[in-house]
Amino acid sequence: MLQIYCPYCKQTREEEEFSYAGEAHIKRPSDPQAASDKEWGDYLFFRKNPRGIHHEMWQHSAGCRRYFNVIRNTVTYEVLESYPMGTSPSEQPAHAATISTAGELQ
Amino acid sequence: MQINRLASGGRVNHAKPLNFSFNGKRYQGLEGDTLASALLANGVNVVGRSFKYGRPRGIVGHGAEEPNAIVQLGSGAQTIPNLRATQVELYEGLEARSVSGWPSVDYDLMSVMGVFKRMLPPGFYYKTFMRPQKLWMTYEHFIRKAAGLGSAPVEADVDSYDRLNQHCDVLVVGAGPAGLVAAREAARSGARVIIADEQSEFGGSLLGASSHVDQQPAADWLAQIVQELNEFANVQRLPRSTVFGYYDHNFLAIVERRTDHLGISAESGTRQRLHRVRARQVVLATGAIERPLVFAHNDVPGVMLASSVATYVNRYAVLPGNKLLLFTSNDDAYQTAINWHKAGREVVAVVDSRMAPGGDLNQIMADLNIQLYCGHGVIEVVGKKRVKAAVIAPLSVDGSSIIGQTLRLDCDLVACSGGWSPVIHLSSHTGTRPQWSDQVVGFVPGESVQQERSAGAARGTYGLTRCLEEGAAAGAKAALAAGFGDGVVEFTAPGADEASQEPQQPLFLVPHSKPTSRAPSQFVDFQLDVTAAGIELAAREGYESVEHVKRYTALGFGTDQGKLGNINGLAILSKALGQTIAETGTTIFRPSYTPTTFGAIAGRDVQSLFDPERYTSMHRWHEQQGAHWEDVGQWKRPWYFPKPGESMHEAVNRECLAVRNSVGMLDASTLGKIDIQGSDAAEFLNRVYTNGYLKLAAGKCRYGLMLKEDGMVFDDGVTACLAENHYLMFTTTGGAAGVLSWLELWHQTEWPELNVFFTSATDHWATATITGPNARKVLEKVCDDIDLSADAFKFMDWRDGTVADVAARVFRISFTGELTFEVNVPAHHGRHVWEKLYEAGQEFDITPYGTETMHVLRAEKGFIIVGQDTDGSMTPQDLNMGWVVGKNKDFSFIGHRGLNREDCQREDRKQLVGLKTLDPKTVLPEGAQIVVDPSQPLPMAMQGHVTSSYYSAHLGHSIALAVVKGGHKRIGETIHCPLADGRSVPAEIVSSVFYDPQGDRQNV
Repeated sequence: MLQIYCPYCKQTREEEEFSYAGEAHIKRPSDPQAASDKEWGDYLFFRKNPRGIHHEMWQHSAGCRRYFNVIRNTVTYEVLESYPMGTSPSEQPAHAATISTAGELQ
Repeated sequence: MQINRLASGGRVNHAKPLNFSFNGKRYQGLEGDTLASALLANGVNVVGRSFKYGRPRGIVGHGAEEPNAIVQLGSGAQTIPNLRATQVELYEGLEARSVSGWPSVDYDLMSVMGVFKRMLPPGFYYKTFMRPQKLWMTYEHFIRKAAGLGSAPVEADVDSYDRLNQHCDVLVVGAGPAGLVAAREAARSGARVIIADEQSEFGGSLLGASSHVDQQPAADWLAQIVQELNEFANVQRLPRSTVFGYYDHNFLAIVERRTDHLGISAESGTRQRLHRVRARQVVLATGAIERPLVFAHNDVPGVMLASSVATYVNRYAVLPGNKLLLFTSNDDAYQTAINWHKAGREVVAVVDSRMAPGGDLNQIMADLNIQLYCGHGVIEVVGKKRVKAAVIAPLSVDGSSIIGQTLRLDCDLVACSGGWSPVIHLSSHTGTRPQWSDQVVGFVPGESVQQERSAGAARGTYGLTRCLEEGAAAGAKAALAAGFGDGVVEFTAPGADEASQEPQQPLFLVPHSKPTSRAPSQFVDFQLDVTAAGIELAAREGYESVEHVKRYTALGFGTDQGKLGNINGLAILSKALGQTIAETGTTIFRPSYTPTTFGAIAGRDVQSLFDPERYTSMHRWHEQQGAHWEDVGQWKRPWYFPKPGESMHEAVNRECLAVRNSVGMLDASTLGKIDIQGSDAAEFLNRVYTNGYLKLAAGKCRYGLMLKEDGMVFDDGVTACLAENHYLMFTTTGGAAGVLSWLELWHQTEWPELNVFFTSATDHWATATITGPNARKVLEKVCDDIDLSADAFKFMDWRDGTVADVAARVFRISFTGELTFEVNVPAHHGRHVWEKLYEAGQEFDITPYGTETMHVLRAEKGFIIVGQDTDGSMTPQDLNMGWVVGKNKDFSFIGHRGLNREDCQREDRKQLVGLKTLDPKTVLPEGAQIVVDPSQPLPMAMQGHVTSSYYSAHLGHSIALAVVKGGHKRIGETIHCPLADGRSVPAEIVSSVFYDPQGDRQNV
């Protein structure tokens, strides 16, 4: 059970109030009709599924209904940062250091 | 007759006997007993049979670690399987039985297996029962029966359980000496503290100890600190509460047993409570569990943990035998021999594996003239259902071999101690890797990855004074980290009567005169019958990873999670692999620490409270009319309205004919409704629907399909333009929440520049659908401010007006293919308007109908139901609905590009068609598979499947919708549906529109 900070409500709330909404920062091709099958396929189907730092979207579905971005460590489940849609995380490179070697696949 | 009970002493109430039964026999125990202490008081030796060999087993421990005394409590709906007798508090009338042993624990047929145990090596089941594979289910049935696990209740649980969500600053797990002082230190700082302990009373190891603290008996010191904690308003005390899981972000789950100790009774209130605690800081003071020593026949009843023997003597006034032999590799266990001697029964000898033990306790024993064998070990125990004697032998300095003559000593109780294993389970739950410590001779918690710290024996700190110091420091530090106090300990550990001790000897397997592989069984894991020889065999067979060995041998796989056997097993494996225990590592403990009931986890979320039930404002009317219900998402919708004596089939036929011939009415309130406003609302709709919305004028409605980006249909519905920049979108009943989130997602992430707002309005409106050739005549009687004529109020128009004196929005949209008016009124007027419409319709025999008739009528028209006729892999073209897709829209609407993928253009995609069975009366089952030739060999080449199927009373034959590969070009072809019962039903592929293909009837 995670605790997630909603950057709009400015509160840390229980995971039960939120819905996961997939990987963040995936840009829709600006002219879909001009996109090649490969470009469109990448946009549509391919996701990173990293071991470690992951940028993802959550919706505060039982709260303000806003979508926002979260940086979460998929190994430790640590939530490192929440930030509004359309913005960048505050200090992106710093998070890389928190990828720990703990929690190998069990 | 409690033959092993002392006349006085302990923490039991000698004046309050309690009657109970075990395996059908009646016994008496005392208030304050556990089931285990009461059984020992009565001299019950055999409490279970072992998993694999059916060997008789007795009580070994006194707490969560107990591997053998696993019982089923009570019967019927309230029975609980797999409880440890050592943790079951005795109450009047308790009924328990062993979970293992057939026909009884005293005479077990499975013990025949023991005779053949050389034929049952580890991996036996894998090796033997793998072929032929399809027989595994048969094998498994017998293996499980033979294995003798408890049985789950088959009736619904009659007890109630509840749940408490809590926050605290400091959660202290374990109320032994370290936990108690930690809680007190944290409480002094003003922090909100929860202290939980699995036992009935606080005190942990002090409850079973004979020691002194602060020059007073431990019991008195204990009473005093518990009293102090009681006086803090900021401390919540939870006895009988097991912290069974430590989850992410310092979330811990505690199960509190509120009435189990009072006896099983439905009247006794909430039986168990689940505390879901979010703690700022956690102190793990979970103590340690004594390790048994591994020697031949160490599983015979009468072989127990030394600390458990002492606990039974001191806490329960029970002497579980007559002649004690103590076998130890450390000083600590001497206390057991001293307690036993002082209780007045014989200590045959103390056998110490160390060459020259010293220390204070050693001296005390010498003063008591207790016989001590140094540098010796118990290599084998004699006896079947009870220990008769122990065979001891001199050991080499490192304890690895026998160096002299064996000696047989008569005794009926062997207490053994191989040192202590810190209880690191909860710290393991957090994901940290336990670390091996040569000094502790055990695994200690790894570096903290959550806001927690361990204290006392849980991190390998032994000795009362040091545990108290460490506990106090941990409490103060945790409080400081949570923002309370200054972290300074206001506490000097009281002087405890601490004996000086010599280091213990690591001894994980006691040698036998025969090699391990030939020696009588030396058990490592009692519950699953894993022996030292089995582990060595696994190593010889090439298993190196501890996780693999665990799965191959079943070491630590029981309900006790190997609390006793794990370390000995790892050590034996390490030796066999020629590496250190640190190199071997350990398996990881996971929740639950001890088994937790489903009742506690489910709490109140059962039956009607499992999921909310949603009712429309006309619900009670439907109920009064005898509606049968269908669950649609969380909604209760009328399924059909049977008249007295009518079957479902008859009722649905009647309802269908009424709509086609006169008029029917449907409660359509459950349809999702989303109010959409803003200057870019039309543009937004244009992007999320396949067809165009820019030119939709006020007063008009349009049907649309919503696609996912891959081009697949995921919702459909009508959207009405209420006014400029104001729309009302109808969604499917089940899709409403998902569609709203979908719209919000696109608006917030992709097109935030669009000025548009969404509001769920589903519950705001009640909808009465009046449909059938007489619909207009019915509505006219209760509505006089809307011109209802066909010219003034066209199909796909909507009007504001007044219906039955209530302001209403009336939509001319149709899901039946008949002339239809959907009357929407504010929800609280729903029932009034519904009843007025029903009244007005009487002269036309207006017929209320439910979802089943709705389905038949729409299927006659070939109207799809998203989620029934589609499954997330259907494009508009597959559904023959290309007409809904706008060809000339400027913006590439969601799914547009997806539709252009090569795969979406294939000619042999599954396409929606109608099916007419050659026998008009046969109704195909939905889901039936479609093939060309039913006589082809298995597996047949599938052509598609039936998605909707009904009997159409109006058409006089059955109708079905189906998806068939390339179906649109196969109209007229005959296909076959082979059914599970062996029949194969032939059917003709036809148009999916069975009725009124031109749509004339809805346009009148």
